[in-house]
Amino acid sequence: MIKGTIHVSIDICKGCELCIAACPQESLALSEQINKKGYRYAVLIKDNCTGCVNCALVCPDAVITVYREPKSAKKREAVEA
Amino acid sequence: MFEDRKMETMTAPAGMELVYRRPSTLVDTPMHYCPGCSHGVVHRLIMEVVEETGIQEKTIGVAPVGCSVFAYNYLDVDMQEAPHGRATAVATGIKRVHPDKIVFTYQGDGDLAAIGTGETIHTVNRGESIVVVFINNAIYGMTGGQMAPTTLLGMVTSTTPFGREQPVMGYPLKITELIAHLPGAYFVTRQAVHTTAHVRKAKKALQAAFEYQGHNKGTCFLEFVSNCPSGWKMTPLEANDWLEKNMLPMYPLGDLKVPGRN
Amino acid sequence: MSHKPEQPRLMKGNEALAESALRAGIHAYFGYPITPQSEILEYLTEHGRQYGCVVLQAESEIAAINMIYGAGGAGGRVMTSSSSPGISLMQEGLSYMACAEIPCLVVNVNRGGPGLGTIQPAQGDYFQATKGGGHGDYRLIVLAPSSVQEMADFVFEGFRLAEKYRNPAFILTDGALGQMMEKVILPPAGSLPHPEKPWATVGKPKHRERNILTSLHIESEKMEKVNHRLQEKYTALQREARHEAFQTDDAEVLLVAYGLSARICQKAMELAREKGIRAGVLRPITLYPFPSKAVAGAAEQASNVLVVELNSGQMIEDVKLAVNGRRPVHFKGRMGGIIISPEEVLAEIEHIVEHTQVEHV
Repeated sequence: MIKGTIHVSIDICKGCELCIAACPQESLALSEQINKKGYRYAVLIKDNCTGCVNCALVCPDAVITVYREPKSAKKREAVEA
Repeated sequence: MFEDRKMETMTAPAGMELVYRRPSTLVDTPMHYCPGCSHGVVHRLIMEVVEETGIQEKTIGVAPVGCSVFAYNYLDVDMQEAPHGRATAVATGIKRVHPDKIVFTYQGDGDLAAIGTGETIHTVNRGESIVVVFINNAIYGMTGGQMAPTTLLGMVTSTTPFGREQPVMGYPLKITELIAHLPGAYFVTRQAVHTTAHVRKAKKALQAAFEYQGHNKGTCFLEFVSNCPSGWKMTPLEANDWLEKNMLPMYPLGDLKVPGRN
Repeated sequence: MSHKPEQPRLMKGNEALAESALRAGIHAYFGYPITPQSEILEYLTEHGRQYGCVVLQAESEIAAINMIYGAGGAGGRVMTSSSSPGISLMQEGLSYMACAEIPCLVVNVNRGGPGLGTIQPAQGDYFQATKGGGHGDYRLIVLAPSSVQEMADFVFEGFRLAEKYRNPAFILTDGALGQMMEKVILPPAGSLPHPEKPWATVGKPKHRERNILTSLHIESEKMEKVNHRLQEKYTALQREARHEAFQTDDAEVLLVAYGLSARICQKAMELAREKGIRAGVLRPITLYPFPSKAVAGAAEQASNVLVVELNSGQMIEDVKLAVNGRRPVHFKGRMGGIIISPEEVLAEIEHIVEHTQVEHV
């Protein structure tokens, strides 16, 4: 499986949870801490993010940046294995 | 790892590459909208289209009165803020003196379908080559949750405390269907942004609309069936679920008029 | 372009104004039919094309003023016109434009009111034109022509002031001046330069901040700052006050009137002088800024001031403020679209003089 990760702009996140519902991997949850505005914010809780971008697409505050392993790197890994 | 959210200073983690970031045409400032509000998604999609098609320098937007009155704080293009309901008249003025520019309005249901109904219909009927972005969340958000022309029958708002009753307040107005009948309308579609699949489709519709504007063949009118968690008194997730079950049957999604097809 | 001096023509006031607007290089006109100004819209739709001017009949006066807001905001030299009820509908838009500081020219061919009123000439919209008209603390630059020649000339003057001060300008005329035909020498086309408008919404080049035209400043401190800036502009505007004086140097009765009334007063002045009464006329040309100093100066040497208007007494308030109690200020007016006659004004002058003589005994 392709590996990905996200970055959440913590202080901009309003904790609406739409990204959590949109994540097919159930990788997201709300933080225990609160941000400057008093919201619990979205955090990655599992190491299974695939970088599918779904969370970023539904985010009303554009706080999510998504990264992913390049597909070519994945192929190379497979060959090496 | 990421202290600064500014894209320029953000680097991809080792072995990974950037696959999605907010568009640079969306101003890097927190939006004032309530948690989960659809406005933010539609703002972002418009600005993604503006960035990807490289039209920032020739795009002029018109903001409405309502929750999105501050749209100009977020959309990094030249903008004018119109009186309540008059956005399409303001856009007409801009487009008529700059026919080579890309002009769009961004309006809510109260602005576009109540106080501004006259301007909306006549602008489309003249076939003004502009993009009209219409956010329908069936409520007046900015003023505190009053009934909108698109409020569903039985829906409780602060001015329909017993639910919208047809004998008193009439029917929900399907203005997009009305608009689709006008010969000046070039592209009319109804979209939503409450799921990833809908967001992807909505963006395609916006891409088409901004591209069609260059054809100069009429108005591109896009309704976005949207939520209003605060006005509906629901969590964002409840609101999106309610939207799916109640708004979409009344306001079915899809294209109402497509160039070359109708 | 021909350099031959323009020959005088015989034209209707409304048409002279419309032709002058084309020669002033307007980019766009948006209007809506209403008597007695429809000739402006008609003339422009017929002749605008030759000048490359956008002319559009809007679906309402509300739409028209907002089209002006858009086109003016986008840097165009823009104009609309209407008559009293239609001007009322434009007030919200004018308030927005005054706050967003968008230059434009709005013409009111004043008819009798209130309400739907009458289509006959009147001056009942003085308060609306000079005191703001819509909501909030703002002013328009108001010019009052009194001849067909000035109907044409003040279009240029209106745009010059509007663009200099980034403020809507307003021509307050009336149904008689709009409909009457007179000799007019039109200003030459292309003689009004187009200033740079770096604030206009024309699309944002990569390295400039976006231009935002708004009248919304939700934080009170910011809104007050905007108001202070507007007030400073209105203070600076005072230097543009203009008037015309006829035989005021020796006048014992000073007539103050604008537009059509001023012409009637000139005739009344002649009739009074024939009878040995030294009357003079002061005609404010700019109603805002109001030529207070000129009025005060002329009143200084007269024993009485008589304000004549085609309304129930509106400009008289500004005259009284200028005179500041130093002289009695009288009023004579007609309403409902009735044009006062020079004889009626003369009778009032004679009455004032008699009354003053009795007092002096």
